[in-house]
Amino acid sequence: MKYIEEFNDPQLARRLLDEIRATVTRPWAMMEVCGGQTHSIIRHGIDQLLPDEVELIHGPGCPVCVTPLEMIDKALAIASRPNVVFCSFGDMLRVPGTDRDLFRVKGEGGDVRVVYSPLDALDIARREPDKEVVFFGIGFETTAPANAMTVHEARRLGIANFSLLVSHVRVPPAIDAIMLAPECRVQAFLAAGHVCSVMGTAEYPELAERHRVPIVVTGFEPLDILEGVRRTVRQLERGEHRVENAYPRAVREAGNPAALRMLEEVFEVTDRAWRGIGTIPDSGWRLAEAFRAYDAEHRFDVGDVRTVESPECHSGEVLQGLIKPNECPAFGTTCTPRTPLGATMVSSEGACAAYYLYRRLEVTPVG
Amino acid sequence: MADTARTDAIVDPANWTCPVPLRDHPVVVMGHGGGGALSGELTEHLFAAAYGNETLDALTDSAAVELGGARLAFSTDSYVVRPLFFPGGSIGDLAVNGTVNDLAMSGARAAYLSTAFILEEGVELEVVGRVAQAVGTAAAAAGVTVATGDTKVVEAGHGDGVYVNTSGIGLIPSGVDIRPQRATPGDVIIVSGPIGAHGVAVLSVREGLEFGSDVLSDTAPLGGLVTAMLKVTPDIHVLRDPTRGGLATSLCEIATASGTGVVLTESSVPVPDAVVAACGFLGLDPLYVANEGRLVAFVPPEHADAVLAAMRAHPQGAAAAVIGTCVAEHPGMVVARTGLGGTRVVDLPLGEQLPRIC
Repeated sequence: MKYIEEFNDPQLARRLLDEIRATVTRPWAMMEVCGGQTHSIIRHGIDQLLPDEVELIHGPGCPVCVTPLEMIDKALAIASRPNVVFCSFGDMLRVPGTDRDLFRVKGEGGDVRVVYSPLDALDIARREPDKEVVFFGIGFETTAPANAMTVHEARRLGIANFSLLVSHVRVPPAIDAIMLAPECRVQAFLAAGHVCSVMGTAEYPELAERHRVPIVVTGFEPLDILEGVRRTVRQLERGEHRVENAYPRAVREAGNPAALRMLEEVFEVTDRAWRGIGTIPDSGWRLAEAFRAYDAEHRFDVGDVRTVESPECHSGEVLQGLIKPNECPAFGTTCTPRTPLGATMVSSEGACAAYYLYRRLEVTPVG
Repeated sequence: MADTARTDAIVDPANWTCPVPLRDHPVVVMGHGGGGALSGELTEHLFAAAYGNETLDALTDSAAVELGGARLAFSTDSYVVRPLFFPGGSIGDLAVNGTVNDLAMSGARAAYLSTAFILEEGVELEVVGRVAQAVGTAAAAAGVTVATGDTKVVEAGHGDGVYVNTSGIGLIPSGVDIRPQRATPGDVIIVSGPIGAHGVAVLSVREGLEFGSDVLSDTAPLGGLVTAMLKVTPDIHVLRDPTRGGLATSLCEIATASGTGVVLTESSVPVPDAVVAACGFLGLDPLYVANEGRLVAFVPPEHADAVLAAMRAHPQGAAAAVIGTCVAEHPGMVVARTGLGGTRVVDLPLGEQLPRIC
């Protein structure tokens, strides 16, 4: 537990802030890729403490936020069926689909259960063999290996009443897409430490080189983030664009080989739609052919869901760092955590929710 | 004397215009019982709309009522915790301590309790016996008499084993007027001890999570502590036991009820290391995690040091700490100063906190 205190130490934070101030000479815009980092930045007020020259742009790295509406609607359709136990991580339950959320389905009698691990869902399938148990497999490279392992285990144990609704996404193609957008203002990335703890850093040097952007692998505690900013500013000021690992206590260059093997065996890379952004080539995973029997989209006929995205919601621009949450006309007015138009307002890691929860004193709705 | 019930209120969800939030959820969702904004809306717009009156509308944990010249605190609560037994306590302790503490938050020492058991067909009598034993032990520790009770049985599958309801009454000492509306700018905010242990203890067994160290529930009766505080001064403005929704929810409710602001010094809030670690793992904020043996007090500044000393001299307040102040700025809002020197708004949660994906 001591480690948590150490990474919140105000004196060390001040020292890092002083160094950042001493280094920065002109404005820089850097994107923190991960929603967990966004949450930490806003919760601890880090953005208020940084010099004005350093602008933090919130990236697309909230797995809940980027899960496409169509997939949420498919989840709602499956969860509403009789004899289905629909298992999900907690923070997916409040994400709005076209006309309701999983909490509503649960309230209306659907068997929706919050689990803390996909293996818990597999346990339910084993204990309740007369039910169809579906796990909502969303997330980035952090959650994908465990979900892959669950399907692997289901096959090994011969559990046939289990399936995965897969909506996994990969970070590097998203970074590529952000840099290729004509309106892009991002000059550097604080890469998501948890993602790199699984995948390693091998995917990033090519991106850094091609787009000439520094990429600094960064953790989640306040000092991790300040250290990531410090290194990023140093590179920017020097005109460098390297990959640096500022999170060595969790991230090795080679990542987690066992997790990587599991991903390779169970999943295959596919194009994937990102909510608010659109389809990014090669940016997702789906179950490989050999595991297709465990794909909930194949097992349940949900091809006919009709999705309607709110025309008022600008979460796509927020996710791409084009606008700040409070620059959306709906922010804090028609869109609040109570009545979210987009997932960025409902997820605990969503940039809009973080602004709404922690920054209402300063930011006022525009328009 | 209670007002006449509002029998003219028509509960027609299709035509609700005022309680807009309720229309977002035409069916009951778990958040309606989470102690946050949804719970508040249900109480205010549905129950109070149907049978509200001056006493009920105060929306305090226990009602202050007059009967035969005496000022009584009166409270009721139902306990639906799962599992029935958890590290540091059980549903039996909670059922007693919860109601005893609700009464204590009006300054009253609980005198009499009722207990109503709703049992699910098939539950072993040994389990019911252990819960009953826990009720007896907790009542003795709190110095309260269980004066009446009731038992009902529901069919298998229609309950979670054992539900317990307790109601209680106690006398409010003369000169004592403790309620959220009395929070005043300048008040010093004191919490009686480390927060978050109960919620984490229950979660650790409910979800089969292990956090590397045992976290025991903080369930405890607070009547004695409150008596010790009132000995220093009867002029304590607000007391609240931050149960469901945690410390953050209690502070938000007090700020709203009194039209004052709260400034919380985040680094002063005592949180056990194991709770910090568990919350970090699950993506929960300790400020929103439930407690069952803690109180938060708003005390006029001239009495704050003496009240704090009296709390620290009592076993239930040994680790009491000043965590903030009540201010005139940003009425209805709680603002935390972060450990690094930034600020953030601490909001009323919508329903229950949801563990995050990663």
